[in-house]
Formats: sequence, structure tokens, C-alpha cells
Amino acid sequence: MIRIQARTEPSTLMKIASPLIAIVLTLLFGCLLFSAIGKDPLQALHVLLIAPLSDSYNIGEMFVKMGPLLLCAVGLAICYRANMWNIGAEGQLLAGALGGSAMALYFIDSDSVFALPITLLAGIVSGMLWSAIPTFLKLRFNSNLILTTIMFNYIALYLLIWAVHGPLRDPQGFGFPESALFSDATLLPTLFEFSRIHLGIVFAILAGFIGWFILTKTHLGFQIRVLGADEPAAKYAGFNSKKLSWFVMLFAGALAGLAGVSETTGPIGQLVPNVSPGYGYSAIIVAYLGRLHPIGAILAAVFMAILYMGGDLAQIEMGIPVAVVSMFQGVLLFFLLACDFFINNRLTLSHQATN
Amino acid sequence: MDADLITQILFAAIKTGTPLLFIALGEVICEKSGILNLGQEGMMLMGAVLGFLAAYTTGSMGLGVLAAMIMGSFMSLIFAVLVLQLGANQVATGLALTIFGTGLSAFVGSGVVGQTIQGFTPIAIPLLSDIPYLGEILFKHDILVYLSFAITIALYFVVNKTRVGLTLKAVGENPNAANAIGIKVLQVRYLAIMFGGAMAGISGAYMSLVYTPMWVENMTAGRGWIALALVVFASWRIGRIMLGAYLFGLASIMHLVLQGLGWSISPNLLAMLPYMATVIVMVIISADHFKEKLLAPRSLGKPFDPRNMA
Repeated sequence: MIRIQARTEPSTLMKIASPLIAIVLTLLFGCLLFSAIGKDPLQALHVLLIAPLSDSYNIGEMFVKMGPLLLCAVGLAICYRANMWNIGAEGQLLAGALGGSAMALYFIDSDSVFALPITLLAGIVSGMLWSAIPTFLKLRFNSNLILTTIMFNYIALYLLIWAVHGPLRDPQGFGFPESALFSDATLLPTLFEFSRIHLGIVFAILAGFIGWFILTKTHLGFQIRVLGADEPAAKYAGFNSKKLSWFVMLFAGALAGLAGVSETTGPIGQLVPNVSPGYGYSAIIVAYLGRLHPIGAILAAVFMAILYMGGDLAQIEMGIPVAVVSMFQGVLLFFLLACDFFINNRLTLSHQATN
Repeated sequence: MDADLITQILFAAIKTGTPLLFIALGEVICEKSGILNLGQEGMMLMGAVLGFLAAYTTGSMGLGVLAAMIMGSFMSLIFAVLVLQLGANQVATGLALTIFGTGLSAFVGSGVVGQTIQGFTPIAIPLLSDIPYLGEILFKHDILVYLSFAITIALYFVVNKTRVGLTLKAVGENPNAANAIGIKVLQVRYLAIMFGGAMAGISGAYMSLVYTPMWVENMTAGRGWIALALVVFASWRIGRIMLGAYLFGLASIMHLVLQGLGWSISPNLLAMLPYMATVIVMVIISADHFKEKLLAPRSLGKPFDPRNMA
């Protein structure tokens, strides 16, 4: 009979294989689902996964979506490593978009070379501020970080909607809830002729490597990892857990804020109510799928960006609701958590029942 | 403000608080067994969409509520298997459930967006609804509000006065001790989680069958998360959950109150109020760290593996 047996040591192979198995299982689940609703499963998978990489424009769009996902995911991965359950990347991203846009509108008639860096900085600072409030409430008043960061996501969303209906609305915009188009001085330069790929993707990949360096090569990263793995040990070693918590939260807030301002000054070019199709929430899945490792997050962000692109194409070409993307994300995380069971356990065949 | 307006506002606060009451009652039972399920929002959305689909196709409101309950507990079963059987992290699994439920509900509901149904009609309870003011506020609601009253009273009794309640609390406070005296810890937790799922389902059905009544993507607007805060606010006590749900209900309709006072503030700013209120309330109650530790179920969020117990 087949028995479940605890491994004496966690399996390194399973740690790496688990996300890949989870992806395969999710795709199989997708095939079943598409068959059930009467769509050709192979065509659907082709549209979801292959078509996004089929021409240079689509590949460019894939990188456009990868940028914010990766920026948010790197910050979250480091937070989760320190056991700080920050679910607030979405709100921090929106805060970055809002703060950055306010600055970009201030520079609307400017052609200064400093306009763009200052705008980006405003986005970063706004994201940090948005993450600083829940962090302060947790460290000072012990309030639940998961719930406060979620609440701040909603508050940021309504603040942004209020702003585009009110103070930041384009006076010449016929009453549409949108800001004026930003001046060229505050737009992120695109990298290639053929697509909308902009400097944001460079920030994101750079953030991945900076995150990797901090986490694995510095004493700060070592302290973060110890704090997350064994808090009493970190305290015994004299690590300042408050300082570490502040660092990871502000780092994540800065990256999410940069993601937000890069969206408005990049592909969008103005402030609109729907800046993000839930990038901050998807980044949680990206962080997990990348094994809470910044380099892993880069690979996971590529996959997630393909899925986002595929979701758009599936809606256009096959009439499949775009919500299929977030459903797949949930299923993917389910399968990943289930596969992780086999990091510490294994199935064995035994001829006699023990016990 | 005159008495009529106050009566109307309190009536609306109860109506708005009812979905929060349903979902928070489910979550408190789940948490009392030691399990933290962050998938409330996802289960609630699935309850809302399935309840609407069932009521829309069959024309029966009762079937709608039933379908929502079944869907809610089915969703919670996915969570239960991962957390109880495979020892998965409760926070991550709950988040996965919410993301999954958000997507799946939008997916299955895409065909009925914007359709409307009749919804439950209010029933005035004879005699009781004639009580001045109180009757207006409490006894002229729809049947689900009365159901929420009944469930609150029943749960208060079960949790505080019966052996079932004692078993539930034993499992949540100290699963090892409970296991040692022969209580099947995982079984109790399965039931508690699925009860929570069913309640989240009704809560969703209340949104799509009574409150709106229609299906819109993400229509629960964070109520599943607010309910989690509500449980902490209520110190895991049934009676206080009811009070808290109506207070949060009141916070969500503050724009009516402020309009009554003749203030004009942007509706988008007022929409932040319930979330702000949640943050403020959480700060106030958690500031007393010691007290919260004392009141929360001791094993909350910690896994229990019976195989380690031989």
C-alpha cells in the first residue's frame, strides 16, 4: 500500500520542482475547464501561453505587464521572508501612481531633465508612505498587518478615484475621470521602436537583482532570513526586529510605488481610475511561485505576465472572460501549496502495514 | 434630525450589517476551532454568484440561498483539505481561496451581469412590528435578517451552554489536550471550517438576492475582510459580533447620515469610511496586546498534525 512518510530532511529537488509541477497541474485544470464550457482546450492553451510570445508586439506587451508584477513581487518576497504579511502591494502601487501623477501634473508645462526623476521619486515616496502607516500601526499598536494593509488597498483605491474625479481631473477632459496627458518630460522613455516596452522593466529586473543581493549577500539579508525562520533566535542574537520590519516594509512600499508611477508615466501616460488590473494581488502569487526568492520572482513574473497577456487574447479571440486569469492564479497557488507538502513528506510503497 | 430619520438610518444599519453578521458568525466558529481562514471574501463572492444564478434560473429565492450555502462550504472544503490534511500555511491558503473565488465568481457570473431579480420581500412581523420605533427598526425586514437573528441566538447558546461548544473551544485552545481526551481534532476543525463556508455563502447570497439585488463582479467590496476584523473587535464573542456588525453597517451608510445633516462630501471619500473605521477599531483593540492574547483562541493559526501525537 502507499503510505505518507515524513522525510528526514526537506527535499531540495521538490523545492524547485514544486512550482513547475503546480504550473503543469494548473494547465491540466485549465484544459478540463475549457472542455467543460465547450471550448477547444488545446486552442485555449495555445492562446493563453503561446500566442503571447508569437510576435514582437505581444512579447513587448508581456514585458510591459511583467514590470509592475516583478517590482511588487520582489518587495513582497522579502517581506514574507521576514514574516511580515504585507498584502498591501496593490494599495502601495496605487499610492505611487497617485503621488507620481500629482507630481507629473505639476511638471505639465516643464521640459526640465529633472522632471522625470522627481516624478518617479514622488511615486516611490508615496508607496513608502502608504506602507509606513500599517507598519507603524503594527509595530506601535500591534494591529494585524494583513487586515490593515488590505484596508489600505481599498482606501488607496477610493482616494485615487476621488482624485481623478476631483483635483487631478483634466479641466479640458469633458468631465471624464482622467487626468491630463503628461508632458513628454515626465514620460518614461520606451526602449524599442516596435513596442511600448519602457524603462520600467529595467527598474524591475534591477530590483530583482538588488533584492537577491540584499537577501543573500548582506548581513541585513541574513538577519531578515533569521527573523523569519526563527524569531526567538533572532531576538537571542540581538537583531533589532523592529528595524528589520521597517526596512522590509519600506523597501516593498518603495518598489510597489515605483511600479505604480511607472505605469502612469509609462504605458498609460496619464492618471486613470483603473491603473492596475490587480497587479499587487497577483504579485503575492508571483512571490510564492518564485519561492520567495527575488531571482525566482523574475522567472515567476515572466510566467504570470504571459498569463495576463493570454487572458486578454483569450477574451478577444475566444470570448473567454478575462477573469479566468485570477482564477488560474488561485488554482496555481492551491496546487503549489499542495505540492509543497512533498518537500517534507514522501509517498512510499510498503508491503506490510506498519503501526 | 428627526426621529423618523434616525429610525430609517438604524433600519438601514441593520440591513447593511446583516451580511457582515452572517460571515463573521461563520468565521468566529472557525477561529474558535483554531483555524484562521482568510478566504472569506472568495467564499462570499462565490456564494453571491451561485445564489444569484440559482435564484435567477429557478425563480426560487430559497434555492438561491441553499445553493450559496453549498457553494460556500464546498469552497471552504478546498481550504480545509490543504490546511488540515497537507499542513499548508493557513494565511497563504486563505489568500489563494480569496483570489480563486474572486476570479471564479467573475468567470461563472459573466453571463448574468446586470440582470435583476425580484429579491426577497420584507415581512412585517405581526404585533412586534407595531412597537413604536423598535418595531420599525427590527421587525420589518426580509426573512434572511430574521434568520440571522435566529442563528445568532442559537450560536450563542451552542457555544456557551452546550457540550458541542465546549468541544469546539477545547480544540481551539489546546488541540493536544483535546486529542488526548479522545476528541477528534481534525474532524471538529473540518466541521467548523465548513460551517464558516456555509455562512459566508449565505452572506454572499444576502448581497446578491437582497441587498443589491443583482450580480456584479467584486460586489462584496471587502466585506469578507472587514468581517475578519469584526471578529477581533468582538473579542471572539457572539453577542458582540452582532453589535459590531450593526456598528459597521452604520459606518457604511454614514453618507446617508451626513446627507441628513446637510453636509456635502464627495461620495468617493465617504466610500472609504468603513475601511478607515476598520483600521481605527483594530488599532484601538489591539493596542492592549495582553488582552488580545488572552481572548484569542490559543492555537489560532497554528497547524495540528495528529501523526506527531502518537
